Amino acid sequence: MNLTLLLLVPLSTALGIILLRDVKHIRLMAAIGSICQLGLAIKLLLAYQTARLLGDTSQMLFQFKYAWYPSLGIQWHFGVDGISIAMILLTAIVVVAGILFSWKMSFQGKEFFLLLVLLSMGAYGFFISLDLFSLFFFLELAVIPKYLLIAIWGSGKKEYSATKLALMLMGGSALVLVGFLGMYEYAGKTFDMLQLAQAHLPLEVQKLLFPFVFMGFGVFTAIFPFHTWAPDGHSSAPTAASMFLAGISMKLGGYGALRMAVYLMPEAAQYYSPLIIILASIAILYGAFATMMQKDLKYINAYSSVSHCGFVILGIGMLTRTSVTGAVLQMFSHGLMTALFFAAIGMLYERSHTRQIGELGGLMKTMPFISCVMFIAGLCSLGLPGFSGFVAEMTVFMGSWENADTFHRVATIIACASIVVTAVYILRALGASLLGPIKNEHFNHLADATWNEKIASALLIVSIMALGFAPFWLNNLITPDATLIIHALGK
Amino acid sequence: MMPDTILIALIPIIPFLCFLLLGLTGKKLGAFSGLLGTASMAVSAGFAALTAYQYFFHVGKIDGVFQKMVVFNYHWLQFTPEISINMGMLLDPISVMMLVVVTFVSLMVHIYSLGYMKGEERFSVFYSFLSLFTFSMLGLVLSANLFQTYIFWELVGVSSFLLIGFYYTKPSAVSASKKAFIVTRFADLGFLIGILILGFNAKTLDFGLLIERLIHVESPYLQTAIASSFMGVSALTWGLLLIFVGGAGKSAMFPLHVWLPDAMEGPTPVSALIHAATMVVAGVFLVARLFPIFILSCPVALDVVAYVGIFSSLFAAIIACTQTDIKRVLAYSTMSQIGYMMFALGVSGYEGEAGLGYMGSMFHLFTHAMFKALLFLGAGSVIHYIHSNEMKDMGGLRKAMPITHITFLIACLAIAGIPPFAGFFSKEEILAAAFHKNPVIFYVGLITAAMTAFYMFRLYFSIFWNKPTPSAGHDHHHHGEGPFTMMLPLFILALCSISVGFIPFGQFVTADGQFLANEFHPMFSIAPVSLALGGIFLAMLFYKNANELPAKLAVSMSVLYASAYRKFYIDEVYLFVTKRLIFNLLGRPAAWFDRTIVDGLMNLIGGLTSGFAEMIRGLQSGKVQSYAIWFFAGVLGFAVLFIYLW
Amino acid sequence: MHEIPINHILFLSTALFFIGVYGFLSRKNMITMLMAVELILNAVNINFVAFNKYLFPGKLDGLFFTIFIIAIAAAEAAVAIAIIINLYRSHKSIDVDEVNDMKY
Repeated sequence: MNLTLLLLVPLSTALGIILLRDVKHIRLMAAIGSICQLGLAIKLLLAYQTARLLGDTSQMLFQFKYAWYPSLGIQWHFGVDGISIAMILLTAIVVVAGILFSWKMSFQGKEFFLLLVLLSMGAYGFFISLDLFSLFFFLELAVIPKYLLIAIWGSGKKEYSATKLALMLMGGSALVLVGFLGMYEYAGKTFDMLQLAQAHLPLEVQKLLFPFVFMGFGVFTAIFPFHTWAPDGHSSAPTAASMFLAGISMKLGGYGALRMAVYLMPEAAQYYSPLIIILASIAILYGAFATMMQKDLKYINAYSSVSHCGFVILGIGMLTRTSVTGAVLQMFSHGLMTALFFAAIGMLYERSHTRQIGELGGLMKTMPFISCVMFIAGLCSLGLPGFSGFVAEMTVFMGSWENADTFHRVATIIACASIVVTAVYILRALGASLLGPIKNEHFNHLADATWNEKIASALLIVSIMALGFAPFWLNNLITPDATLIIHALGK
Repeated sequence: MMPDTILIALIPIIPFLCFLLLGLTGKKLGAFSGLLGTASMAVSAGFAALTAYQYFFHVGKIDGVFQKMVVFNYHWLQFTPEISINMGMLLDPISVMMLVVVTFVSLMVHIYSLGYMKGEERFSVFYSFLSLFTFSMLGLVLSANLFQTYIFWELVGVSSFLLIGFYYTKPSAVSASKKAFIVTRFADLGFLIGILILGFNAKTLDFGLLIERLIHVESPYLQTAIASSFMGVSALTWGLLLIFVGGAGKSAMFPLHVWLPDAMEGPTPVSALIHAATMVVAGVFLVARLFPIFILSCPVALDVVAYVGIFSSLFAAIIACTQTDIKRVLAYSTMSQIGYMMFALGVSGYEGEAGLGYMGSMFHLFTHAMFKALLFLGAGSVIHYIHSNEMKDMGGLRKAMPITHITFLIACLAIAGIPPFAGFFSKEEILAAAFHKNPVIFYVGLITAAMTAFYMFRLYFSIFWNKPTPSAGHDHHHHGEGPFTMMLPLFILALCSISVGFIPFGQFVTADGQFLANEFHPMFSIAPVSLALGGIFLAMLFYKNANELPAKLAVSMSVLYASAYRKFYIDEVYLFVTKRLIFNLLGRPAAWFDRTIVDGLMNLIGGLTSGFAEMIRGLQSGKVQSYAIWFFAGVLGFAVLFIYLW
Repeated sequence: MHEIPINHILFLSTALFFIGVYGFLSRKNMITMLMAVELILNAVNINFVAFNKYLFPGKLDGLFFTIFIIAIAAAEAAVAIAIIINLYRSHKSIDVDEVNDMKY
């Protein structure tokens, strides 16, 4: 299977969007493009599993190499393993859903869809790149459109939020770049990830470079204390942008931290592991407590994302095979469920024109479908079995508990404790906004979801349940590669 | 010879399919959905009965011992090479018994709800939730893996949440459902950590292996579990106690009971099914499931179970005497009876005669499910008729609803422990077990039994006697007793409440799977029965006819009465801890800290950068000549630097 | 024949250069500033010719460069005057201090 297709489809979609004029055609084009991409992602998954079944044991499959700038050792080098395929699948699902949810976007629709497609292209490129330079290139490609999406189509104090988000993410990628250049120098002028993994950088160098790469990607995944772009950014962003932001961008960070930081600099990862665990535990519990006091639904979900992404960081920091698998599962699960949650909030907001839980109430009566969607997202978020969140969180807990000393145990218990706090804030939010008597007279006349929203929600819900009911397929997909990463640690 | 796997698998799967069907297409099915749900439940119950028959009489017993049989096991989620979550089905005496109890009571409730919930706007949703609950509960009892239990444990929690909050437009129902979910969730945290501890010490989550590895003294797993300790308590004890915390949360043991009375906000059939007969005994079931580990490796934890059980039992009985909402009285009586089951486990031994407590506990679980479901359904009929939960709105209903009256009386006699009704037999075993093991628990148990009789008959007399019969032509009268669908379950359950006590339970369900004779010692029965009769007599004195006595008594014991009426202020304590302490001391500062300090720091960095830019931007004045001066000065500076200073 | 010492020529070009710099910095009229720039360029030209003659008499590089500079100076003057005319149209002034729109 040719991985370049994953880039060509969004690229040609983008070109098509540029050429078209009518917004109806444009959105159709975007939808077709994204659905093709989803098809490709599924085909890739199947092709990958077939190849593995046939006994292909190379680390990265479907590799493609082309010297881009040979004198500097920069090349296009693509390849995928189980972890990247999981992320590609996630991206494809979220993109389809996001485009369907923005079906009614009329204001500057052309630019809007163009930016969405570009953003997705950045994400795909990021997940398939095996060359740090092209990976960085795609990382930036995935950041810039977000600024415009929020600043132009956002709500509230959108310029502030967009600037903050763009600057913090850019700061993160600057840190990443420093780390990459350092690795490039010390590993003998190569950006190739597979060669870097073999290079065995000296411990001192690793110790120096690891924080740059890890924290740089950490900013993307909203690591404490660099998470504050998330609440503001999410709350100002339009629905699709929120979904992309939480569903895709935050995953760029987790994936990068795992692949570029932990895998390439294993000794430093072990050295810094306690620090990572502390930061993650803080993020989990503190994010959860901070969520409890929020009044805006989007803030609630954004802070809960901080808490949930803490599980990703925790799983990575715990450095066991199970916990790393759990971290990837959590990325997948969190991407889907936050996208769903933001979509539900977006649908509510579009109709009721408020996101304050104090002003909402009783919407279950008038909008049963949307409320059910939100309920499902909420229940998934609080880790109910049958949904993806449970599987991911439990895998992280299990993996964390494998470390037998008191420090790791305490951190695990702190992380476990967050499931209670999560239940508190999710039920508070859902109860106040959906249940109870109808607070506002005009809520009685609100319409339920339209066909595009129903399809998109169904897509996300089915994906969530597919993982919740049958986690083994994704688990089996990820585990070998997680094992590889852990082996690099010398464990 | 193995039992039929597909047959057993269908028992939980049928309700699940029913849930999906009703949940997705319920609106179109309308009133038909109730019939569909009931029919599928009947099939499921039939299969369960068949399974029980096969297990108890044909395949279960090998060499006189009932075996644990794992009829299905699938690796659902692999964690480490050793530890995985499996989806399996485990048949042993208690799971088979629970299968029967759950499907049977669920079927009764399904039938009952056809009448009770008729005309509800969300009729089909109600049935789909009922099916979801039944599925989860069946999955819970069939679990072959500790983690599988946890999964279904959470699922019963959420279906209970959904059903308590069924009338979601009522704020009290919404807050009750939230409370139930959060309190049990808190307990589940203990359960989860307990699973982690036990699972990692035994290097397995599978029940069979887990128990096998943790009960033999020479087992290395057990030795490490005992050797490693935290705060002076061994890992094994921690694990078991934390799991018990989970069980205590679901089973409403003190101090995690606060959700149960509020859960009565749900529709009454739901209270009968979930909050009386099945879900709340899940904690007892869990302790029973891990009983060999408790008794053989960690008796300390079992003592905790016993004391928590007996305390909850007495505590709830005291409160039940003062409540005026009939469903709340029943809720506290449930808590009290579950306390009974718990301490019965706590005082039990393992093998042979010593296992009387275990057997009694399971027996009581069984009989309690019957008569408590009957009580709730009867109360439901009364509420259906009166449209109120308050005792003061009732009285003298025995003429208006004779069938409800008789069946309710039977249930009251059963729970009070009057022979030959079902409760008598099971209570007898429990008290006998306590008598042999721990006299303190025995005497407290006796007192509780007397109080049980008192408050149940207080309830009975207040509903059916006390006041003159409401006159005919009263506007309530138009629907009388309720439809046949509501009467039928009352009949059947009343029949069970009379008869199930005669089942020789010790032949079927014992701790070690071996035969245990149910013995009767008439001399021993004198004390509990006479105490119960005394309680009934007292209740008759106070409540048969309206009089001043109860009020006088309340005044004379004002402090005790007031605090029992206010449920010993436990709710207020919780409210203080959550609202005041957690929200104000953790949530608010966290949110504030985030906005001001963390985010403030980010904004400060941004501010500093733009401030610096502000400072130096004057240089770009737009004046060409000033640029030129800087340029020449720069060239000159570099020239000096390179020529002279380098 | 008695040659002019190179120092004299360099003195001349230096003086010319600084006169040009002074003119560029002190005049407000853009035409005058342009003339000052021409002085600077010519100072450079003189240097090129002089060094070529005294240091590398056999080569022509310096002379070529001078011719380049003259050509470019002519082009530059044309562009600069065009800019100045445009500025005059829009600002009604060729005072350099008045034209400071391109700032912060």
